[in-house]
Amino acid sequence: MSEASTKSKKETTGRTPVVGINARDYGLLGALIVIVALFQFWFTDGKLLLPANFNNLISQNAYVVILAIGMVMVIIAGHIDLSVGSLVAMIGAISALAIKEWGQPVWSAILISLLVGAAVGAWQGFWVAFAGVPGFIVTLGGMLLYRGLAIVLLTGGTIGGLPDSYVAIGARWIPEWLGRVNELDVFTLLIGILGALGYVATQFKSRAKLKARDLPRESVPVFAGKMAVIAGAMLFFAYLLAQHNGTPYVLILLGVLVLAYSFVLNRTVFGRHIYAIGGNRFGAMMSGVKTKWVDFFIFVNIGALAAVAAIVTTSRAGAAQSGAGNFYELDAIAAVFIGGAAIQGGVGKISGAVIGALVMGVLNQGLSIMGVDSAWQQVIKGLVLLAAVAFDVMNRRRSGGA
Amino acid sequence: MSDLILKMKDIVKDFSGVRALDGVSLDVRRGEVHGICGENGAGKSTLMKVLSGVYPHGQFEGQIEFDGEPVEFRSINDSEHTGIVIIHQELALSPHLSIAENIFLGNERASRGMVDWHETNTQAQVLLDRVGLKEKVTTQVLHLGVGKQQLVEIAKALSKDVKLLILDEPTAALNDDDSEHLLDLIRGLKDQGITSIIISHKLAEIRAISDTITVIRDGKTVDGFSMSDKDNSTSRLIRSMVGRPLDNLFPPRTPNIGEEVFRVEHWNAYHPVDTHRKVVNDASFYVRAGEVVGFAGLMGAGRTELAMSLFGRQYGTRVSGKVLRRGKEISTRSVNDAIANGVAYVTEDRKRFGLNLIASIAANVTGANLQGVSKYGVIDLHNEIEVAEEYRDSLNIKADTVSQRVNTLSGGNQQKVVLSKWLYTTPEVLILDEPTRGVDVGAKYEIYGIINKLASEGKAIVVISSELPELLGLSDRIYTISEGRITGDLLREEATQERLMQLMTAGEN
Repeated sequence: MSEASTKSKKETTGRTPVVGINARDYGLLGALIVIVALFQFWFTDGKLLLPANFNNLISQNAYVVILAIGMVMVIIAGHIDLSVGSLVAMIGAISALAIKEWGQPVWSAILISLLVGAAVGAWQGFWVAFAGVPGFIVTLGGMLLYRGLAIVLLTGGTIGGLPDSYVAIGARWIPEWLGRVNELDVFTLLIGILGALGYVATQFKSRAKLKARDLPRESVPVFAGKMAVIAGAMLFFAYLLAQHNGTPYVLILLGVLVLAYSFVLNRTVFGRHIYAIGGNRFGAMMSGVKTKWVDFFIFVNIGALAAVAAIVTTSRAGAAQSGAGNFYELDAIAAVFIGGAAIQGGVGKISGAVIGALVMGVLNQGLSIMGVDSAWQQVIKGLVLLAAVAFDVMNRRRSGGA
Repeated sequence: MSDLILKMKDIVKDFSGVRALDGVSLDVRRGEVHGICGENGAGKSTLMKVLSGVYPHGQFEGQIEFDGEPVEFRSINDSEHTGIVIIHQELALSPHLSIAENIFLGNERASRGMVDWHETNTQAQVLLDRVGLKEKVTTQVLHLGVGKQQLVEIAKALSKDVKLLILDEPTAALNDDDSEHLLDLIRGLKDQGITSIIISHKLAEIRAISDTITVIRDGKTVDGFSMSDKDNSTSRLIRSMVGRPLDNLFPPRTPNIGEEVFRVEHWNAYHPVDTHRKVVNDASFYVRAGEVVGFAGLMGAGRTELAMSLFGRQYGTRVSGKVLRRGKEISTRSVNDAIANGVAYVTEDRKRFGLNLIASIAANVTGANLQGVSKYGVIDLHNEIEVAEEYRDSLNIKADTVSQRVNTLSGGNQQKVVLSKWLYTTPEVLILDEPTRGVDVGAKYEIYGIINKLASEGKAIVVISSELPELLGLSDRIYTISEGRITGDLLREEATQERLMQLMTAGEN
């Protein structure tokens, strides 16, 4: 009798409990919403989310998202990369030179840029992974090295007059294939609707899979609420962009990168190895993870992503400048830590890094609209970074997590 | 003045529910060398930490009297002021500082915050002469061998006007000459009136140096005798150390032993830093299908080093020897080679080497065999959860979901996660290093059951353990290892704790 009752108890408590709200993930999203609301309704009198401003928010901060994606992987593995800002300047210079001096077509200039980025990443990865030099030092050296080379390549000046197809990447919109209805770009609306539907469909599909296997899942209100917020936001943003010039090319680029890298980190063996190394390097080694090669490829990857950021930045500016990309590495690192990554490694998410980048972007944009002096903008961003991470640390200490 | 310099009475110390010391008493006479013996985990080190104030007054029960006065130490500083200095097995010198700087670290010869280097170096020289170390006082400590570092530690203790010197396994890492020198030094200090307590596993050594010996077992004082007593034999010592009866802690098993699966021949490994020290010395052994083979050895005997050098050369330099699986030579040169050839190693230190504590149970279970749940490098997360669920059921891991983080589990359940991880690599040979360390009694029994089940499935199992009763309860055959050499190969029927202890301490007599 008692045996039977304990057994049934085990079945009810041990099986398929509901997964509670992940306070950390949703807390971050909530913080972003609060910041947006503060700027929208109090500080900027509704100007933050004007269509043109929203468009600029995306295109001006695309580089933070791109670099943060690479950076979060570096930081999960327990390293850091200080060189990406300088690398953006150097590769921007190389892509402009390729077009203007070496007579390369745009596609070839882009390819060259990506290869140079990956090669620089391989160079840094070699020193970190195989020579055992800490990433902080290797990339601190790189920060000086690539900035210096950028100045040499541009002989201190700028290279402008880049062709239209190149400039389009960072500064133009997808043509309005389907025309406008009520002043709204139909194509952009369509992308928004498809995106929202796609999101809802994948959520349902994954929930169905969990249910089929009787695995724990979120409660219905949480599930529905989360979908409503995110799908609603997608539709609203599409509506904003449709009022302006439609979908920026760079938004599509960001979407693809975010989806692809979320997949890499969450679903691939390589991604899992990054978390394993960050969580316990010795343990990973003792489980047969080739820790050196994983370190190496993380740096190759962020080199290539720095090249993407360089192309976006250079094309948006319309010219390569030796001073481009200044402090970009710090923006990316700040985004990653605001996004909940841990300095000890092992913890971090693409979605967190993207939200962190958006927090930084909204601050940039909102403070600019308010006309806050750029010196004070830095002061405020510095304090926000400190506050976000301090909150996270104290939160974790209270909940007794690692 | 009292004849006793130290009197510890009825010391009780608990660690979150586990009783480490259960009423230990210790009387040390002024001017003697007092030996303390006991198996690993008997409570010797805990007792010394209580004495030296590492566990402050109030965190344990019982009384301590020093020099006839009751004392209540709140920190190591308190005990050092009274004249008690402990030298731990892991030396605590700062490698990049000079000998003189180390001797006076935290106790600098200084006035108004300025170090008086002349004073520092001359006083250090006096102390080095006292301990017989012929090195310049300005030499960086990292250039000294372990033996000489030990002497620097003693010089440091002397600089603090030590009255009672405690040495925890002082010769564990020393060669014979250095050990002999150290023991001579302790005798010399005794002539100068300094009392010493020595904790050691080396029974011959402890009998040679001590005036009185106290034996601790399971957190209790079980024996104490003077070397002038009639019965002061090694066998009395061993009997007292292991005297616990083998109770019914082990699930029954009928061995069904098949053919030889795993054989290691002439295995050697040298210390990774001290590259002339041979840590594993010409070790050869074999394991058969369905057989549980125990490895008994004292701490520092080279058990873990043998296992880790075998498993992907994760320990040591200049590793050499042959590994055969079913008579054919295999490579275990890298961890991946070892796994691919059916060898799995469950480490003794699961937090450092075994688990990613901040990851889920599921991620840990598949951690050494992600190919099993992935295709073209893409993980099937649902399949992963199913795999983890299977192990949660079969090994009875107590957790709400397999998504739960491993650092929220108890030691026993963490150990089951590590076991699951290695079982999922489908090994033929399973090397378990201290499989029940830090695991409570109930979970121990479960883990023994798992080991028995794996053996009955035909796996070849090696169990390394510091607990002799555990080895005697589990194994079909037991190897003893001492100073890197395999010194014995006993069937379960012929093995007793006394016999094992003799072989484990062989080579020192």
